Amino acid sequence: MQAPAEYAAHADVYYVPPPSIWPIVGSVALLTLAAGFVMVLHQMAAGPLLMALGAAILLVMLCGWFGAVIRESLSGKYDAQVDASFRWGMVWFIFSEVMFFAGFFGALFYARNVALSMLADAQLLWPGFTAAWPTAGPGMKTAITPVEAWGIPAFNTLVLLSSGATLTWAHRGLQRGRPLQLKLGLALTIALGVLFIGLQIHEYGAAAFTIRDGIYGATFYLLTGFHGFHVLLGTVMLSVVLMRSLAGHFTPARHFAFVAVAWYWHFVDVIWLLLFIFVYCL
Amino acid sequence: MNSDAIALDDHSHAPSGVMRWLTSTNHKDIGTLYLCFSLLMFFFAGALAMLIRAELFQPGLQLFQPAVFNQLTTMHGLIMIFGAIMPSLVGFANWQVPLMIGASDMAFPRLNNWSFWLLPAAGILLISTFFVPGGALAGGWTMYPPLFIQGGIAYDIAILAVHILGVSSIMGAINIIVTILNMRAPGMTLMKMPMFVWTWLITAFLLVAVMPVLACAITMLLADRNFGTHFFDAAGGGDPVMFQHLFWFFGHPEVYIMILPAFGIVSTIIPTFARKPLFGYVSMVYAVASIAFLSFIVWAHHMFTTGMPLGGQLFFMYTTMLIAIPTGIKVFNWVATLWRGSISFETPMLFALAFVFLFTIGGFSGLVLSLVPVDIQLQDTYYVVAHFHYVLFSGSAMAIMGGVYYWLPKWTGHLYDERLGKIHFWLTAVAFNITFFPMHFLGLAGMPRRIPDYALQFADFNRIASLGAFLLGASQLLWLYIVIKCVRGGAPAGNQPWDGADTLEWTQTSPPPYHSFVIPPLVK
Ligand code: HEM
Ligand SMILES: [Cu+2]
Repeated sequence: MQAPAEYAAHADVYYVPPPSIWPIVGSVALLTLAAGFVMVLHQMAAGPLLMALGAAILLVMLCGWFGAVIRESLSGKYDAQVDASFRWGMVWFIFSEVMFFAGFFGALFYARNVALSMLADAQLLWPGFTAAWPTAGPGMKTAITPVEAWGIPAFNTLVLLSSGATLTWAHRGLQRGRPLQLKLGLALTIALGVLFIGLQIHEYGAAAFTIRDGIYGATFYLLTGFHGFHVLLGTVMLSVVLMRSLAGHFTPARHFAFVAVAWYWHFVDVIWLLLFIFVYCL
Repeated sequence: MNSDAIALDDHSHAPSGVMRWLTSTNHKDIGTLYLCFSLLMFFFAGALAMLIRAELFQPGLQLFQPAVFNQLTTMHGLIMIFGAIMPSLVGFANWQVPLMIGASDMAFPRLNNWSFWLLPAAGILLISTFFVPGGALAGGWTMYPPLFIQGGIAYDIAILAVHILGVSSIMGAINIIVTILNMRAPGMTLMKMPMFVWTWLITAFLLVAVMPVLACAITMLLADRNFGTHFFDAAGGGDPVMFQHLFWFFGHPEVYIMILPAFGIVSTIIPTFARKPLFGYVSMVYAVASIAFLSFIVWAHHMFTTGMPLGGQLFFMYTTMLIAIPTGIKVFNWVATLWRGSISFETPMLFALAFVFLFTIGGFSGLVLSLVPVDIQLQDTYYVVAHFHYVLFSGSAMAIMGGVYYWLPKWTGHLYDERLGKIHFWLTAVAFNITFFPMHFLGLAGMPRRIPDYALQFADFNRIASLGAFLLGASQLLWLYIVIKCVRGGAPAGNQPWDGADTLEWTQTSPPPYHSFVIPPLVK
């Protein structure tokens, strides 16, 4: 293995992509987005414009970057080792997301079970305050009517659970070479995702409290809000996968993009189950 | 196998000029970027430290108003941690991990580039806060509410900057984990990996596990500041102490994120210059793993004065003391590696030996702080400042300097100036102790941290500390000079300037070819 020619001919060399413009574009996008966001928070006129610009650059970057990955994948540059990298990468990414939600759930438990009882025990500032959930806190005096768990939230649980099933059904179709089942399954999953988001928006509109209503409002909207945002992302990713399925990008043997999005979707499902139990039911 | 021949024609797809750096997918170029960026930040945050010590040179307000002084300490801490120490360690990982495991590059080369180029974006945001109305961040690097919620626009900017840093760290860490798990040369089992690679594997795991929790905490801060939530406001049923729990659940593992790779560097240098294999390799691996595990269950030792229940204080006191055991194992093994070695004292070795000695002092002061009744006296005094500078400066930073001397010949192809290196070492080690040892006494005598003025009784030790600090700062300019000199030229290093080194990077030329190990070597 001495000569350059031989190296070029070496087929199972780990694919190292050529220099790419997209990462630096992504950095510019996030910098613009962040600067714009700060300006929006402080009511500066240029804020929304800057944010829109940042978002647009980010979109261009995502299309360019993922486009490059898809092209490389289709032209067979990724061997089994690269494939394994993608799998590990997705696993650890989802782990980081798990920790992200763990932080918010931790805050919910701490607020409910530790902070609240300490507030009630210390009768100095707010005499007569008792620790009962839901609460808007001792200084706010607003009574909270929580969302009824066995209404829309229970139905939404059903929606997300069935979306997990339709996605698995689609995967079955992909593995067994039944393109129709694949596309139908994906389309159904996307539809269920959209239905979920729609119902969630409706629920937000109908809820009798806001994010400003003490610790209950804060934890409720932050947890369900971030979850909803993840469902939205998942739906967008599923749509990309559907389009790629229509374009015939996947084979029964090679379709990691599909698998990655499916893992992500199931993760979002599990988070919802925890939300349903700990935010809505208990 | 002769990989330099292989790489000869391969510069063709490496763009030159500024595009080489902006668009790089090469782990060595990106490693260089990380290292240069962190060096820049090291000097910037170091300059802030000089200003801090100038103000503290004598009692009374000399140079800065208290608000400005608080900006200096806050920005010094934030930039040193997120801008200097962490990026430089990632720079080491970028350069060394692929070389040491016989990989051609990182697993995700483009993502690698993005992880780096997010840092300047965050840096611009952070440093811009010096120029906004209300001034820079002044609430401490720990960002505690309610103070942090009351600050001006700088605080929102900083939150977003830290978010960007978090994204960068998480992506960088995932990249390192996947590279180590998936790209090792055939035959290199996990238990044959160099110690440096092990420490980074575990560090990267810590990063992926705790950076998201920091993101949670600062997101809640952002919401409390701007969206009317009450996470950290008791009137709304929230609790400012909740922030401290979230922050330190990140913060304590974070300090290990900054020290474990330093352990790895020292564990590489000492065997080389003792010309003996690392003593107790397996126990070293388990020690690092148990330190990482324990780091998740000790966080509230930063909160002993917040009114925790007694059971909580005892739990966190004992778990914190437990950390001394694996740490002790490591120190023991380093010393045992030296035992009957044929030792020579080149600059990297001097730094590594100083590390073992001085880090141990920092570990002991940590142990002192872990005792609840003692900590209640010492919390927020200069004793804590002394503790964390012994572990972070004479620990992480001096290990980094040692690592730079150790690998500079490999990275540049030139030998650095050994005489100047030794001078730099002695200046640094001596000045460091002049600066920070007196802070133990100051803390024990009750001098609070983060204040611009102090009682007369503290004047002498503060003057000593300030003089030491100026010397320490000036010595680092010598370091900069040595590094630049070495990059620009010097005696050729050859493939293996250190005869005791046995990791894979020394089988490559110095500097290594653009793509090293295109075809993985076989490890026996
Ligand atoms: C044997 C190991 C260690 C023990 C037992 C220990 C213990 C402690 C304790 C109890 C505190 C809280 C002091 C207080 O605020 O009252 C503390 C603070 C601190 N430690 Fe350690 N520590 C150890 C190692 C380390 C290492 C290796 C690092 C970093 C590389 C580190 C960095 C810090 C920092 C930065 C702080 C102060 C944070 C702040 O309040 O700004 N420690 N340590
Ligand atoms: Cu700690």
